[in-house]
Amino acid sequence: MTMGHRLRLGAGSAALRVQRWRAERRYDRRAPDPGSPLNPPLRSTIRMREMMSRHYLAGRSVSGSRPVAWVTSGAPTEILKALGYHLVYPENHAALCGARRRAEALSSAAEDAGYSRDLCSYARTDLGSLLSGDTPVGSLPPPDLLLCCTNICQTVLYWYRVLADHFGCPLVLVDTPFLYGDAAEPHQVDFVRRQLEDMVPAAEAAAGREFSLDGFTAVVARAKQASDLWLEILERARHRPSPLTAFDSFVNLGPIVDLRGDQATVAFYESLLAELDERIARGVGAVKDERLRVLWDNLPIWYRIGPLSRWLAERGVNVVASTYTHAWGELAEMMDPAEPFEAMARVYLHPILNRSTGHKLAAMRRMVEEFSIDGVILHSDRSCKPYSLGQIDQRDRLVADVGVPALLLEADHNDPRSYAEEQATTRLEAFVEMMS
Amino acid sequence: MTAIAGIGIDAGSTTCKAVAVDPSGAVVATALEQALPRIADQTAAMLDGLRSAHDVAPGARCVATGYGRRLVECADRRVTEITCHARGVFDDLGRAGTLVDIGGQDSKVIRIGPDGRPADFVMNDKCAAGTGRFLEYTAGRLGLDVADLGGRVAAPGSEEQITSTCTVFAESEIISLLARGAEVDAILKGLHRSLTVRLVAMVRTVGWEPPLMMSGGVARNAGVRAMIGEALDTEVIVPEHPQLTGAHGAALLALEG
Ligand code: SF4
Repeated sequence: MTMGHRLRLGAGSAALRVQRWRAERRYDRRAPDPGSPLNPPLRSTIRMREMMSRHYLAGRSVSGSRPVAWVTSGAPTEILKALGYHLVYPENHAALCGARRRAEALSSAAEDAGYSRDLCSYARTDLGSLLSGDTPVGSLPPPDLLLCCTNICQTVLYWYRVLADHFGCPLVLVDTPFLYGDAAEPHQVDFVRRQLEDMVPAAEAAAGREFSLDGFTAVVARAKQASDLWLEILERARHRPSPLTAFDSFVNLGPIVDLRGDQATVAFYESLLAELDERIARGVGAVKDERLRVLWDNLPIWYRIGPLSRWLAERGVNVVASTYTHAWGELAEMMDPAEPFEAMARVYLHPILNRSTGHKLAAMRRMVEEFSIDGVILHSDRSCKPYSLGQIDQRDRLVADVGVPALLLEADHNDPRSYAEEQATTRLEAFVEMMS
Repeated sequence: MTAIAGIGIDAGSTTCKAVAVDPSGAVVATALEQALPRIADQTAAMLDGLRSAHDVAPGARCVATGYGRRLVECADRRVTEITCHARGVFDDLGRAGTLVDIGGQDSKVIRIGPDGRPADFVMNDKCAAGTGRFLEYTAGRLGLDVADLGGRVAAPGSEEQITSTCTVFAESEIISLLARGAEVDAILKGLHRSLTVRLVAMVRTVGWEPPLMMSGGVARNAGVRAMIGEALDTEVIVPEHPQLTGAHGAALLALEG
């Protein structure tokens, strides 16, 4: 890092701190808003925003001083963390573009370059950003290494090949066999464990650093701590009224995905948990008049998070839980720092998207029970085929076997062109009338 | 003359309907017009018409439904078509059942619970396939009046296969069938079958329970009725005024406050 870089980073970092202080002061002095159906948002979110901005800011001047890897959301990043890599998550970056309403223009840029509109909108957003150089985060550091794990979908396989071609850097692929049964077979764990061990030399070479098992163990321990905390946070929604909505957890998901394995992430989730406990102690819910509790399946609709959350809250509906946010907490118990390679092989084999549709149905049934759910919204996401596959049957089974109203809501997590506001509202309204 | 105690207005995409009921829920008056672009004015005029021709009980309320419900300024409450249709049908049947409603812009299947409220529902995807528009559009392509379709389809005869449920693709299939010399009535049958297959899948999705009732403009089409009944092996019941079911349900809900 040059002196100029360091100075700019230092100045940017100080500015972020001041920004956060100001935001916190505004938060503490804000006047109550009796007209809002929601209680004030979680104060911790301000800190989360600072963390994520700091991460993207660091990325702007990291080249040359730390190795950079671009990784999929389900990639075994603990190995790279142990080597000091700065990690970029194109999916998270795409979600950020979506939340800031930039995804449509970026997707169009990718479509103009010949990518099909049937391709996942995360891939289109990100490839569009890559091709146009347009990003709300200033710039992304180019990768020294790409790490792609197939435990979420097959799209990433082709997407990362495009990235490897574009950047001319090595691509490490971790292939995770799909789990049809209840749990991974020993040979499957073995297959993935060997791939994790084999990726070490490639990651060392791209980083020009040496791997340390102790370092890896320490990262796994912190990742476990953070994932445990994340699960605890989500479980707080069992309280009535729930101190958080799934929309809060969608927004606060950034650190557990992007900064898992950092001590700061553990500290952040500790403070978020404390804030929720304090809310519970005061009997404060996220939705002022929580009458109906809903479970959400699939990714959020990033460009509608705020309006949708408010619209539902106005009708006394709190989306208290989602299968999506649970995905980053439910595997915590498998993380074992004593046997890091073996344990992480298990962890990365078991994400919900790498398991059968029956498994997801069972998970939803359990959540309906545990979170006292009155209705389920299954976001049929045009982009994410692996998540949406089986939803029609899952919906029917929830209605017929569990007796809980369930709605299939057609949209797309990042591309607003696949979302018909009027039609979605009519369905949601009818759904709320049905639950009431 | 009994006084109006509740009014339901169904501002749909093709037609605008109003039903007024007395305190017992019996229908006092109805109105049906082609939908105009200015929904607020049109519905206000319809309401004025009902009010000037009939006695209105003090405290009578109005519930609006349909796509334009938010634009009906005179409404005391707005309720979705799903809940209104369920209520309207429940009143007609007097018991739980399943409703297939095919409107101009969308189609829906509602399973109605023993309390007259929707127990489950599905609506068609965001396209014209499976809606009245599909038939209107394709009838136009064949130079026919949509009102004549049902009778021609219900008559015996051969049937061509239309594989596409997409309105646009179905049109190109029609063109190639015509070019091959296929008979118009056989093509019509195929079109109706294609629509029916889609609807029947929706009926199965809600875990339907008999009796099966149809409402909406397409319910007047004997061909669709016969094909759905045949596919589900059941009798299809059609209310006297299938287009008024939603407005009727809205009027009944208006009575409840
Ligand atoms: S298809 Fe689904 S899992 Fe794959 S990148 Fe897109 S959103 Fe993620």
